[in-house]
Amino acid sequence: MDMQETESVAVRFENVKFKYDQNSRYALNNVSFSVKEGEFVALIGHNGSGKSTTARLINGLLEATSGKITVFGKDVSDKKNLFEVRKSAGIVFQNPDNQMVSSIVEDDVAFGPENIGVPREEIGERIEWALSVVGMTAYRNSSPARLSGGQKQRIAIAGVLAIKPKILILDESTAMLDPKGRKEIMDVVLRLNKEEKMTVIMITHFMEEALLADRTVVLNRGKIVLEGEPQDIFKNSELLETYNLSLPGIGYICKQLQKNGMAIRDCLYPEELAEEIASLLQEES
Amino acid sequence: MRKDVAFGQYYPVDSFVHRTDPRTKLLFLIAYIVALFCCKTGWGMALCALGLLTVILLAKLPLKLVVRSVRGVVFLLVFTGILNLFFYRGEGEALISWKFIHIYKEGIFYTIYLMSRLFLLVMSSAVLTLTTTPIALTDGLESLLTPLKYIRFPVHELALIMSIALRFIPTLMDETERIINAQKARGADFESGNVFKRIKAIIPILIPLLISAFRRAEELGDAMDARCYSGSSIRTKYKKLRFTYRDVCAFFFMAILMTGVFLFNSYGAALSALCVQGWNALLGLFGAV
Ligand SMILES: Nc1ncnc2c1ncn2[C@@H]1O[C@H](COP(=O)(O)OP(=O)(O)OP(=O)(O)O)[C@@H](O)[C@H]1O
Ligand SMILES: [Mg+2]
Repeated sequence: MDMQETESVAVRFENVKFKYDQNSRYALNNVSFSVKEGEFVALIGHNGSGKSTTARLINGLLEATSGKITVFGKDVSDKKNLFEVRKSAGIVFQNPDNQMVSSIVEDDVAFGPENIGVPREEIGERIEWALSVVGMTAYRNSSPARLSGGQKQRIAIAGVLAIKPKILILDESTAMLDPKGRKEIMDVVLRLNKEEKMTVIMITHFMEEALLADRTVVLNRGKIVLEGEPQDIFKNSELLETYNLSLPGIGYICKQLQKNGMAIRDCLYPEELAEEIASLLQEES
Repeated sequence: MRKDVAFGQYYPVDSFVHRTDPRTKLLFLIAYIVALFCCKTGWGMALCALGLLTVILLAKLPLKLVVRSVRGVVFLLVFTGILNLFFYRGEGEALISWKFIHIYKEGIFYTIYLMSRLFLLVMSSAVLTLTTTPIALTDGLESLLTPLKYIRFPVHELALIMSIALRFIPTLMDETERIINAQKARGADFESGNVFKRIKAIIPILIPLLISAFRRAEELGDAMDARCYSGSSIRTKYKKLRFTYRDVCAFFFMAILMTGVFLFNSYGAALSALCVQGWNALLGLFGAV
């Protein structure tokens, strides 16, 4: 592997195995994959398939039993790298309530930069920037307890962004939100990925969200079973079903329409389906 | 969401008091409490009340919010007051005597003192927490306790623990409410039965709450690790405490208040006598007319 390649790879797993206890089964069994810098990867799989474990391994909250994990070429298992690794890979967890350390938004966002020793003046700038990215500038001095779930989660994201990580990992960060809150978060994440060129690894149970990624990785019982562009992954609904995964809503509707004898192509996006149906209707009339 | 947990909740407005250094406010509160307990006259007490009212107005706090902070302890205060009233032994004849209860004139005065003292104490602490973010408060404490670092006292860790505890109070309150409702929906009864029954009824609330608190703590620990927390010495501080003209004002204000209280302690009786005399003279004047 030449130097050029190492630099553009954000995260690399090589034959990683992990188990929580000596005598339990492997939560991750021989997992290898890599995420390129600037890529948006969705990680899906049913409950207990090892998604959270993967996220925690990336920034050293857990240590691999065997195999090698690198973040921008740095070995995560080396304790000396841990700090650097955590600086470059930030995780946003599922429950925003359990991620905040302070009763004031700006103090909470300041927590990360304080930990890595950012000078005071710069922390102020970082807070400003992070809050503007997630669209919460107006709430700088409010208390998280008074915010909605989506707003809280955006603050949690800002708290991670303020460390200026190169990789943003979201572990079911939209799971507790309503559709509106989910969309808010997705918009922020997509913008970070497109505009700030941030590498995103998104763990989700919402197939619609996985569709928006550049690439989708499917985990099943601690193994990677499918990997590729979401459009390709979601073509194979039978296979997905064996991994206890469903199609995105539109894909499912499409399948049902086909079952009812409508001659339309497989669609995954609402616009696509609308076009298909419209053209079909035009043909008929 | 419980609305009556005003205590420990920051009230975010911009005011003179809010901008005062938390260290000043902490010292102010300590001095204020000392003044309250040293105060021996009604004049002094009135001055203390006036002082607190001034601070509340300066802080742009709704009076209702501050008064509400007493609600949680009002039962305790009234109970203490009544005990005092019934069992305070004064000199001379009791005003009312019934079985073991004797109410003396001094008892009434003493109870009024005690109650106003306690109410002012609770309200002044509430003003501190309403005008100071928990983080600022802990920063202030941390800064005031810094000398203890030299005897290896974990000042920073303690401050962080405190700020997190404060941050989780509303969250756990909400959670308690949820659990109570969930248990009620399952037919649990918290309102009837004797003391033991009621205490027993609390267990199904306490255990889920404890488990959930541990789960939260674990998640929070992970989230803090993920945000590079290591407690190491490279840590910087975003909010730097700085004394300003406000703190000078606060110190003067406190000095005046304390001086007033002590002056009243020495000359309050004389002042009262003077007032009575004046009042009598006034009455006499009107009587003449
Ligand atoms: N703290 C733990 N101790 C022991 N075993 C654990 C622990 N956390 C997870 N596991 C086990 O590891 C496996 C993978 O769990 P993981 O949390 O990675 O799944 P997941 O894909 O994130 O699932 P979910 O969709 O429910 O979040 C599961 O079988 C689970 O039981
Ligand atoms: Mg998980």
